[in-house]
Formats: sequence, C-alpha cells, structure tokens
Amino acid sequence: MSSREQILAAIKRNQPEQQELPVLDSFRHTEAGDPAAFRKVVETLGGQVYEITSYTEIQPLVAEHYTDVTRVVSIRPEYFPGAITGWQEGDGRQLEQVDLAIIPGQLGVAENGAIWITEQEIEVRVLPFITQHLAIVLPRTEILPTMHDAYARIWSPSAGFGVFIAGPSKTADIEQSLVLGAHGAKSLTVFLIG
Amino acid sequence: MKVGLFIPCYIDQFYPNVGIATLSLLEKLGCEVVYPQGQTCCGQPMANSGFEHLTHGCNELFVKNFQDYDYIVAPSGSCVLHIKDHLHVDGKEDAATHIRQRIYELSEFLTDVLKVNNLRAKFPHKVGIHQSCHGQRGLHLSQMTELVAAPFSKPEQLLHMVEGLELVELKRKDECCGFGGTFCVFEEAVSVKMGKDRIDDHVNNGAEYITGNDVSCLMHLEGILRRQNSNVKVLHIAEILNHE
Amino acid sequence: MNEHQHKEHSLLAADFNRNEPRVNWHDETLWWVRQKRDRMAWTLPEWEALREAASCIKHNVLGNLHDYLVEFERNAQQNGAVVHWAANAEEHNRIVLQLLREQGVKRMVKSKSMLTEECHLNPFLAENGIEVIDTDLGERIVQLAKEPPSHIVLPCIHKKKEEIGELFHEHLGTPAGNADPQFLTAAARQHLRKEFIQSRVAITGVNFAVAETGEMVVCTNEGNADMGAHLADVHIACMGIEKIIPKRHHLGVFLRLLARSATGQPITTYSSHFRKPKAGQQLHIVLVDNGRSRQLDRDDFRNSLKCIRCGACMNTCPVYRRSGGHSYHNAIAGPIGAILAPNLDMKEYADLPFASTLCGSCSNVCPVKIDIHQQLYKWRQVIVQEGHSKPAKAASMHAMNMVLSRPGLYKAAGGAGRWVMRAMPAVVNNKLNPWYKQREMPEAPKQSFADWYKKNRSK
Repeated sequence: MSSREQILAAIKRNQPEQQELPVLDSFRHTEAGDPAAFRKVVETLGGQVYEITSYTEIQPLVAEHYTDVTRVVSIRPEYFPGAITGWQEGDGRQLEQVDLAIIPGQLGVAENGAIWITEQEIEVRVLPFITQHLAIVLPRTEILPTMHDAYARIWSPSAGFGVFIAGPSKTADIEQSLVLGAHGAKSLTVFLIG
Repeated sequence: MKVGLFIPCYIDQFYPNVGIATLSLLEKLGCEVVYPQGQTCCGQPMANSGFEHLTHGCNELFVKNFQDYDYIVAPSGSCVLHIKDHLHVDGKEDAATHIRQRIYELSEFLTDVLKVNNLRAKFPHKVGIHQSCHGQRGLHLSQMTELVAAPFSKPEQLLHMVEGLELVELKRKDECCGFGGTFCVFEEAVSVKMGKDRIDDHVNNGAEYITGNDVSCLMHLEGILRRQNSNVKVLHIAEILNHE
Repeated sequence: MNEHQHKEHSLLAADFNRNEPRVNWHDETLWWVRQKRDRMAWTLPEWEALREAASCIKHNVLGNLHDYLVEFERNAQQNGAVVHWAANAEEHNRIVLQLLREQGVKRMVKSKSMLTEECHLNPFLAENGIEVIDTDLGERIVQLAKEPPSHIVLPCIHKKKEEIGELFHEHLGTPAGNADPQFLTAAARQHLRKEFIQSRVAITGVNFAVAETGEMVVCTNEGNADMGAHLADVHIACMGIEKIIPKRHHLGVFLRLLARSATGQPITTYSSHFRKPKAGQQLHIVLVDNGRSRQLDRDDFRNSLKCIRCGACMNTCPVYRRSGGHSYHNAIAGPIGAILAPNLDMKEYADLPFASTLCGSCSNVCPVKIDIHQQLYKWRQVIVQEGHSKPAKAASMHAMNMVLSRPGLYKAAGGAGRWVMRAMPAVVNNKLNPWYKQREMPEAPKQSFADWYKKNRSK
C-alpha cells in the first residue's frame, strides 16, 4: 500500500463524526469600506496614502517623495510615462535593480489595509516583492470593510497567483524592534484614485 | 438552607483561621453551616499530577460527607473546580452530580446564591487581589483579560463592600502566581520566579495585603514574602470579609 | 528513571533562570506581544464569534479530512502541481532530497516551515551534502547560531541584539559591535537577496490549503516566501495534512485571526495565494502525516490538530515566558508543543505536559479554541497510565492517596506533622527541599481547623 493509501485509510478510520460548517453571513457588511479607515491602517503599517483624482498626479508625487528612484516599472503607461519597457522578459531576476514598481490593486480592505493583487495585472509574480519600493494604484470605490467582504468578491480564483499586500515588508525578529524593508519592498505607497 | 462546609486539607492543617473566618462569615449571613467530620481532600494533588485513577477513595469519601447538603461551600476556587470537573463515583452518580452542581467557592456563593449586597466589615488597608487561575478561568469568578468580553469580578464586588479598603490596580491583572499544585516543587525555579513577579506587581502598586480566593496560591506567595522579609502580608478573602 | 536524550524541562528551565535579568527581559518582551494581541482583538467586537467560527470550521475539517484531502489533491493536480504523500518525517525528507537531487542543487532557500523543523529536514539535507539557507530573518539568525528556533513565530526571541550583532560580524562580515536592528536587518537583506537570486529551488511552508481551489496560502511579513518561490524553477511546499480548509472564503475567518493572535498586527504584510506554478516552473506539494492521523483518533487530543501555529499560547504562557523555548526540547515549544509532542514520542516528551500550572490562559487566547490546558491535564493521566512517570513521584502519590482517602490516617498524619509537605518528595527544611529553597514553609498552627471546630461548634 502506498503512503497515500495508507494515510487516507488511517484518516478515514480515525476521523470524528462530521460537523456542519458554520454560517458566516453575520460577519458580512452591506455598506462600502471607509477610505479614511483604510488610510489610517495603511499608515499605521508604515505605508503612505495619497488621494488623487488623475493618474497624472502620480509622477510629480513620485518625484517629490522618492529621492533614490531611477528605474521605474509601471504596469500601465498612464501611471508613469517613460517607465522602463520590456521588463517582463526573463525569469524575474531581471527585476533585481528595479527601484519602484507601480501596479494596480483590485480591491482594498479597510480593517487591515490589505490590497488584493493578482498575477493577471502584474505579469511577473516577483515584481511587487523584488522591487525596492512599491506603489499601488487603487480605486477609492474598491475598498471593502473586512476580509469576509473581500473573499465574497474574490471567492473564485481567476489567476494562478494572488496576494494581499498590507504595508511594506517588515520584520521585528531582532528584539521585537520593528524594521521596515526585510526582503520585500522597503516602502509602500498607495494612490487612492477617484 | 443547609450548607456543608468543605475545608480543604491544607487549609485545615496550615490555615485554620481561613476555615474559621469562612464559617463565621457564613453564620453571620444566616446560613446553617455544618462541617462534616472526617473530610480530607478533593483529590486534586493526585489528579493534576496524572494520578486521577488513584482518587476513587477521595471521591467516595467526598460524596459520603457532602451528599446531604443543599449547598457545599469551600474557601478555595481550585478545589471547588476540581470537584465540579472530576467528582464521579460508581453507583453514586446521582449524589456526585448533586454535589458537582451544588458546590460553590465562597465568594460566588455570597454574590450568586446569598446575593449579598452589604457586609459588616472594615479593613482600612491597601489590598491587591490575586486572581487564582482556577477560580477565575475555571469558575469564572471574574472576567479573563484574554477574552473580548465585559469585565466583572465577584471578589472585587465583595471587597468594595468592606469599609476603608482600597484596592490597588495591578499591571497584570490575572497572571498566574506559579503555585500550580506539585508544579511548585517539580518546577521549582519557574514556580518561584512566577511568584516573585506576582509579588513585585502588588508591591510596586502599593499593596499592604495580598488577598485571593485560593489559599494554595497565597501559601506560595507568603512563603516567598517571608523569605524576602517583606512587610506585605497575605490574607484569604474570607478573613477580610469577616474582619470587623 | 527514563532515559532521555535531553535534560527535562524543569532542569532546562532552571538553567534559564540562572540569569534573572534575562528572564525578566524575555518575559517582558513576550508579554508586550500578548498586549499587542489584546489590543488588536479588542478592535473587533465580533472577536469571540470569530474564534468560535474558526474552531467550528476546523472541526468540520477534522470530520471530513479524508474527502477534503482528496479534493485538494485533485484540484492541485489540475492546477499543475505534483502532490506527494509522506507517512512520516523520514519519508518527507526523502521526497524533498529526491526532488533536490533531480535538480542537482547543493544549496537552496527555505522560508519558515515548522513542519520541516518537526521533520529535522535541515540536518538531514546537510548530511546529504545540501545546504539549506533559512530566509526568515529570525530563522537565519538561529541557523547561524546553530540553534533551533525557540518560538514558532519569533524564532530568535531569546537572543539579544548584541549577540545577533556578534553573529553577523562573524558570518556576514558586519562591523564588530554594531547591534542596531535597522542596520543588521539591512545587512541580512543584502546577504539573503544574493541567496534568493542564486537559488533554483525554494521550499516554503503552508499556512492554509484550500480544498475547493487546490491553492495554498503562505503568510509572511518579510516577503521571503515570495522572493524564494517566485524566483525558483522549483517550488516545494511542505505541509501537514491538517492545514486543509474547505473553501476559499473561509480564509476570511483565519486571516483575520492569525496575525492578530500572533503578533498583534491586523494581517501579515503578505498573504500569498499559490494556485498554479508560474510558467515554466514546477510546483511540488508534500502532504505529511507524521502522527497526525494517529492524533485524529484520540478523542481527547484531536482538537490539537486545529492549531494554526500563531504562537499566542506561547506569548501568554507564564511558564514559557520564564523558561524559554529551548526548555521544551521540541520543534514546537510552549503549551501547544506540550500537547503535540507526546503524540510523536510519549516517553521523550513525558515531561512537557507537566511544564504548566494549568492556568488556562493558553486556551483563552487560542484563535481556534483548542482546550490546551485541559489536554495538558489529560496527557498527564495518559503519561502516568503508560508508565512514563518517575517512580519517586508515583510513590509519593500513592502515599498521599493512602492518607487522603482514610480520615483516621489523615488525622493521625496531620497531628504528627505537616503531611502535605511530607507527602511530597524530599520535603524537609533544607536545601534539598524544593519548596524551602526559595520559600519559607507555612507556619505550623497549634490546632487544625477540625480540632478547632470540635472544640467550638460540635454539639
């Protein structure tokens, strides 16, 4: 008998009587998520939020707030005219020297500042992690109150990879001192548009 | 209302004043209290050490001693919890069930059964409450800081009725003191460290007395306080509630 | 006396307590994490309902584990993953080694996986000439120190920054004496970026595996799982079979609870959902039993399989905080480790369920409501029944029972002296008496309560 058969047989023999799944409807919300609450959490997590009405505001804001950014990848040309082209070619390692990646987010979660991103938009999975700095463009109208509401929206996966990103990469492994920029992006900027 | 008084073994042997205070307090509040002779122990020291199978003798004795009372009251949350959770006797399950449902730790008996709302007691001192874990997390004598739930405290409710008594706020409201039954000898180092830390919290917040609902925890804290030659004293809550 | 490979918890804890200021520091650091957890929990009025929901979902999983695993496997295969089954740690390690040999790699990156710690994968691969680079900062630190993690979420919580500065100076060439966390983290980032870029294989753990979609969710703050997995040609995900949850939307419940319970954050920085391998990549999933199906059969202990490895029970445990993770001599320390370990090796871990005062704080913080302290109590019974208690302890318990079940004897013993103390091993007023070492004995009153009662109340 293979290990698979062995394990499954043991489980079948030993598993307790099955119990119904709980109903989770009471955790859902009907109202939209609060952008102010979302903003507050993202800032607590060490990110910055800029409310913009047009993509054209992004480039000046980047120039103003990042001093060390020269190589910019922009998923959509309108975010950042003149960004690097051809960055998609390769296994991801070509992105090692990227300073800033500007990517679209599908939805944000007000309770924890998380933003849902999938492979469909970013094309190269490692992009939001390997870049030194990350910026996410998120429509104001796409903020939901909680994770339950978020999963109600994305209950059926459409991409091979998706990730909630909440704030910049961080660690507190050394004496619980919070340090931003562990292995992923050292900073996170959210452009709330609309 | 006939109350059977259960005085756990170490209180009987080392802290008779706690038994006396409990008895007189209950009598003052109008209860008919009987102390069944020949009682010993709830069996917890063995059970918590993994020897629950040895506790039949204790269980039979307990049922024999306490089956005929309307309520059983004891000045120890830990022993009461043990009875509530583990008292079973073959052939006498009805009597055991009666006891499990009718046994109360002293302060919950005062607040929930007697519904006491004033006491003739005076104790003009600064007092810190040590929330014993079994009383708190087991019997729910007070709300637990881990839970997102409305706070309450039965011992505090009673101590507020004592004239002149001032309760001190602790930094850690419900941290374990490290007694833990045989843990106090088998894990001596951690046990004592936990006890010292608990004491520091009370002392740093100005307590002159440390009180609680479990003599076992207090015995442990007292042992450390005396070794430190501290002026801080421990008293069981019955001794304060009975103090005029 | 049992022959153990390790000193027992009580002795290791006593060693840890030789340096009291350090114990205070360890205790305060973890208590601060517990307080962060409390503050986060209080931001959600529905917190207790969420815990209940999570516990119920996990209960449903235990009752349907067979079907969910089969469903997960089918969906994962459809997604293009290769699914492997390992009955035990040894088989898990062999599978991983085989995959690495197929790739011909000698060095590779791994993000945090308590399962691979449980299976002792690193030393096994090292014996076979393959170096594993742990990429979680805390894990990398303990790896450089040649120590196991002391906490499942905060692997180097026992280490002072000065010691970490030393280690980095020695291994990464940072300037001697620099112990600034910001600086050291930046140095680790540079060092590990090189490893990520070079590595062709990445191992990750798994926080949740969704039966419905065949995907796996991995949560990190650092981004190390993603850096490893997305840059590698081969991603190997190792998971215990209990990590399954039924549907994707159940993640809403667990992701709300996990980070809040673990570190007091609203969510981890990255919650990555791996469903299909990226173009040209291989994705291997290793499903590991290693005693879990046996634990599933134990009525009293199966709930331990609900654990989502948040570590909240460690942060709140007054014993863990004052004895350090290494005193548990097991991959998983603290209260949860103490109820999981005896299932793996009852004799070896017979001391762990006793390393607790049964205060119950662990059960109250557990996001999936495992009755941890009750299981500790029950393991004690099992361990004694199976004959793994020390003879001296058993003798004292029998003596105690002899006295306590016989009122006449009890009275005589009490009259003769202080039987409670005497029933415990080696109890006299000297340094060998563990009570007396740092505590005074209770003062002996003139009469017992029973004597007083007889004189003052008996009719």
